[in-house]
Amino acid sequence: MSITIESHIEVPEGVHLPVYMDNQATSPLDPRVLEAMMPYLTGKFGNAASRNHSFGWEAEQAVESAREQIARLIGASAKEIVFTSGATESDNLAIKGVAEMYRERGNHIITQVTEHKAVLDTCKRLEKYGYRVTYLPVKADGLIDLEDLERAITDKTILVTIMAANNEIGVLQPIREIGQICHQKGVLFHTDAVQSAGKVPFNVIADNVDLASLSGHKIYGPKGVGALYVRRRNPRVQIAAQIDGGGHERGMRSGTLNVPGIVGMGKACQIAQTEMVEEAARLSVLRDRLKAKFESELDYVHVNGSMEHRLPGNLNMSFVYVEGESLLMGINDVAVSSGSACTSATLEPSYVLKALGLGDDVAHSSIRFGLGRFNTEAEVDYVAAKVIDIVKKLRQLSPLYEMVQDGIDLTKIEWQAH
Amino acid sequence: MAYSDKVVDHYNNPRNVGTLDKASPEVGTGLVGAPECGDVMRLQIRVNPDTQIIEEAKFKTFGCGSAIASSSLATEWVKGRTVDDALAIKNTDIVKELSLPPVKIHCSVLAEDAIRAAIGDWKKKNATAEPAEAAAAAQ
Repeated sequence: MSITIESHIEVPEGVHLPVYMDNQATSPLDPRVLEAMMPYLTGKFGNAASRNHSFGWEAEQAVESAREQIARLIGASAKEIVFTSGATESDNLAIKGVAEMYRERGNHIITQVTEHKAVLDTCKRLEKYGYRVTYLPVKADGLIDLEDLERAITDKTILVTIMAANNEIGVLQPIREIGQICHQKGVLFHTDAVQSAGKVPFNVIADNVDLASLSGHKIYGPKGVGALYVRRRNPRVQIAAQIDGGGHERGMRSGTLNVPGIVGMGKACQIAQTEMVEEAARLSVLRDRLKAKFESELDYVHVNGSMEHRLPGNLNMSFVYVEGESLLMGINDVAVSSGSACTSATLEPSYVLKALGLGDDVAHSSIRFGLGRFNTEAEVDYVAAKVIDIVKKLRQLSPLYEMVQDGIDLTKIEWQAH
Repeated sequence: MAYSDKVVDHYNNPRNVGTLDKASPEVGTGLVGAPECGDVMRLQIRVNPDTQIIEEAKFKTFGCGSAIASSSLATEWVKGRTVDDALAIKNTDIVKELSLPPVKIHCSVLAEDAIRAAIGDWKKKNATAEPAEAAAAAQ
């Protein structure tokens, strides 16, 4: 048998290669955002903290207008927005800031296993400093069990930190209910809302959120800028600064403000607010189209995580009996990502997929498709055709697929792990 | 990760993909790796009983591009060699030929294991066959 893996799928008109479909990793800058930023990258270079000349005033005004735009997207007030360098810093500031500030009240923090490393590793560090952290499990659909959360809260609990949407599987946690439980028990609630803000409705009041991490570059804004929402009323949340210096951002985060970045993030939030409903509807249709094509053309495929509680632009699928990195290699003009160990520096498959109770073999076969604002139907069709072609060919090459076709139960084989 | 041209070539045009009759006494099968580790290689050889030369080699691999390339290359290299000669193939030779980066060295190790397992299987089959034949001849 002679086979060629290389694919020769025709590229439809209007599709430019490579196709970018990894919008949960980062998103391209919206041209409207760039346009808003340009003046602040060129002539308007003032330091927003310069109080005594027009360069400073101009910059400060731009920052305050962006603060308004960001606050409006999430139902906050401008004074509740603290600018940071990105969501990793926001997560660190929220969790460490609360831990330090409320140390006398308690030392217990609750999170869950599929959080981003910015949350998990921050919690791990706090454990070294004497805090106790509970990592709630998730169900097979990726959601936490609210009863687990209620049971985990003790009189020593100061903070619950649970993400709004997962970056790998796009699953939306029931944050409104989580926030409600927290408020009933007098515990602060932080959510990493990086993937959900601007994509699905997110409102800090309705969702009972006390702290929320946001990022510019996941919503078609620039990299290197993020924000932390810190509630000022009912309750008033206090955080200990983690970066000392000139006392910027009302003492919560020192450092000269990244004015062009902040302006860009503000514009990105404004666009997201205006276009979210329409965009979410369009992306769900594209996502479901992609899924339907895989399911009709291939056997042994399955979706990882809940389809019901999910970001519109996310599809995480396992193409069982095909290893993820080899699939990525075959679709090298399409930018997606894989939960396969071979694509990670640690050679460990995705901890998020493992947390769903999936076998490592299924995690190794997973691909995340992250659809975004600039993806088209023609791109979806091209990506689907290409993936289907390569999966079929790699399965001709897969001893596992052959064994399953022959009726062999792979779980009964004594594999030699290495 | 950037792949060497040779890895890309073996991936795009894998050599000797297929399946030999596992039950045949001339065929040795090596199945190494594990699905949960992300790579499984099956390498099969058909040995000429008179010359001990590997006349045919086939493989199927579940794994990354480097694993596919390593096993594809292994089938090319064992073909035409005697069984003992094939055992001389080292994983380091595969690493060198394919310019595998350090994180992919385990792929070459697995390919060497697959060669050894296939030959081992063939030897086992033939070691038990020979005395049986001898015994049959003696009767």
